[in-house]
Amino acid sequence: MDITTDSHKPTPAPAPQQPPTAEAKRAARGATRPGDRIFLGLSRGSGIFVLVIMAAIAAFLTYRASIAISKDEANFFTTFEWNPSGIPAEFGIAVLAFGTVVSSIIAMVIAVPIAVGIALFITHYAPRKLGGAIAYVIDLLAAVPSIVYGLWGALVLVPHMEGLFGWLDQYFGWTGVLDWNEGPPRSLFTVGILLAIMILPIITNVSREVFRQVPQTHEEAALALGATRWEVIRMSVLPFGRSGIISASMLGLGRALGETMAVAMVLSSTFDINASLLNAGGGTFAQNIASKFNEATPMGRDALIASGLVLFVITLLVNGAARLIIARRKEYSGANA
Amino acid sequence: MKLQRMNRRALALGALAVSGALALTACGSDDTSGGDGGASATANSNIKCDDAKGQLQASGSSAQKNAIDAWVKAYTTACKDVQVNYRPDGSGAGITAFNQGQTAFAGSDSALKPEEVEASKKVCTDGQGINLPMVGGPIAVGFNVPGVDTLVLDASTLAKIFDSQITNWNDEAIAKLNPDAKLPDLKIQAFHRSDESGTTDNFTKYLKAAAPKDWKYEPAKAWAAKGGQSAPQSSGVAQQVKQTSGAISYFELSYAKDGIKTVDIKTEAAEPVKATVENATAAIGAAKVVGTGKDLALELDYTPSADGAYPMVLVTYEIACDKGNKADTLPATKSFLNYMASEDGQGLLADAGYAPMPTEIITKVRETISGLS
Repeated sequence: MDITTDSHKPTPAPAPQQPPTAEAKRAARGATRPGDRIFLGLSRGSGIFVLVIMAAIAAFLTYRASIAISKDEANFFTTFEWNPSGIPAEFGIAVLAFGTVVSSIIAMVIAVPIAVGIALFITHYAPRKLGGAIAYVIDLLAAVPSIVYGLWGALVLVPHMEGLFGWLDQYFGWTGVLDWNEGPPRSLFTVGILLAIMILPIITNVSREVFRQVPQTHEEAALALGATRWEVIRMSVLPFGRSGIISASMLGLGRALGETMAVAMVLSSTFDINASLLNAGGGTFAQNIASKFNEATPMGRDALIASGLVLFVITLLVNGAARLIIARRKEYSGANA
Repeated sequence: MKLQRMNRRALALGALAVSGALALTACGSDDTSGGDGGASATANSNIKCDDAKGQLQASGSSAQKNAIDAWVKAYTTACKDVQVNYRPDGSGAGITAFNQGQTAFAGSDSALKPEEVEASKKVCTDGQGINLPMVGGPIAVGFNVPGVDTLVLDASTLAKIFDSQITNWNDEAIAKLNPDAKLPDLKIQAFHRSDESGTTDNFTKYLKAAAPKDWKYEPAKAWAAKGGQSAPQSSGVAQQVKQTSGAISYFELSYAKDGIKTVDIKTEAAEPVKATVENATAAIGAAKVVGTGKDLALELDYTPSADGAYPMVLVTYEIACDKGNKADTLPATKSFLNYMASEDGQGLLADAGYAPMPTEIITKVRETISGLS
């Protein structure tokens, strides 16, 4: 709705068809009218509300986790065991932390270059119509529920991974990291690939928006100096979009760290760390919570909450690190362009 | 008291959600009940509704879900005033909900622990929670080995296979038990459950009891051995056995379908025993009642020597108060439990892949149910 036709204005309203007077414009800018005050209150309230919710979640997790950890007979950070209902109760998050971090790293290594590539193609190479169509399809990928990715992963992706695993084992098996014992390919590596597909849309979307914001003048200046299209991208688009790409990647990483159902359906989780990424082993925080929660005793539930707290902290650290990196590169941010 | 009022409100909310869900599902079940015609109508005539009415809330073990579904369908057609809602949330969740007074009875794969009995005294006025064995089931070991149709294994070999000590199908220990089979040179892919499960608990109890030297882990709902492969839920491991060459895993017999072959277990009996409903009932017959008073907790015999007694069995209990059941749900609880324990009720089980309780045990269960107050 056009703000000038608002009937709540204190100044006498001009006829609706007339352009707004200077007085009316000034009144609209001031923060004294009730609409503005209400909006200020609402937005401030929402901001505080988010903080309160986060604090409440943190407090709840910390309280329940402290109950469990105080009864844990094993080292919470180094034990390769999850038996909180046992006597004595022994559980640790080493395997979960390893699995969560490793599968997310694999996902990021695969997804970020591809996502940036797609975003560049859409904004700088593809004809406008084709770019629009591709962007639309990528958006649709984000709307697929994760349980569907899980089903697809378990029934389609896993059986088709054997060829790749065999090839990796043949040529890179000597590294130990890519050694394969010919078990079903339901390993952290497969999970990483599945997560990469799942986080692709969000990274692509945000990167695309960032690349669109690159000032025309930068690109024109580069072109005027005789740069090729690739050089334009390298000299003006990528540096300008770097902080945006980092933010996009962090959004994707957040999804990858917390992904639950798809991982639970695809990963052959065992409570030990396997040096090889292709063999069964490991687990992730979210996957472990999903599979253990139903049958958990009260103690088991608190232990799972303690593991959830660790995931919460890891996510906070990752986001904090991302903010630091972005803050250091402020000169490229859209606000200064 | 305030706490109780809160619970009642939660119950009311739950009941509201449930009645909504029932109203939605009711249409579906009406359609199908028309299909099986006369058989169910005659079976229903034996169901005693007495003055049962209202909502019956229950939750617990997912292992007996298919059995409960069949019972609820038959029972609610006969007793239209009762709505039964069983949520298969898992045994642990079921016992917790029962001890908080949210449900009329709980389903559990294992008998109440002493501290759980203690907790139940708060809900059961002047009484306590008791175990009523109601559903039995053989745990089948399914395998996928190309060229092998029948496979005989004993407890010790099973333990070694699932503990990654035997890693190839042409291992001597397996060959000795199967002189006629052509065992391929193929890696064994032993699958276990990635979630916690009563099936795992009972399977490892069997391994521990029948092969204590080869299975050094304590029986538990969580898989304890290292190595091997895992998948979530019985349906998940069964799916993996179907699609993975060289796979072997354990699940309830009802999941051994679509061409999954099951292992015959060599016990002390002369012939290896097949995983069937009848053989499971035979083994449960050897179980001892170890519960005191009205409690009918069973101690299963995992090393039966009788012919045709399948040693790997799972019994799910319904847990209710012996005294002090809630007055408003008592008639419905008794009536429904009565139906489950009746000949008709137990008769439905075999079709669903479960084992009925042996006569001796189910007679005691019926007596106990009629004494609930």
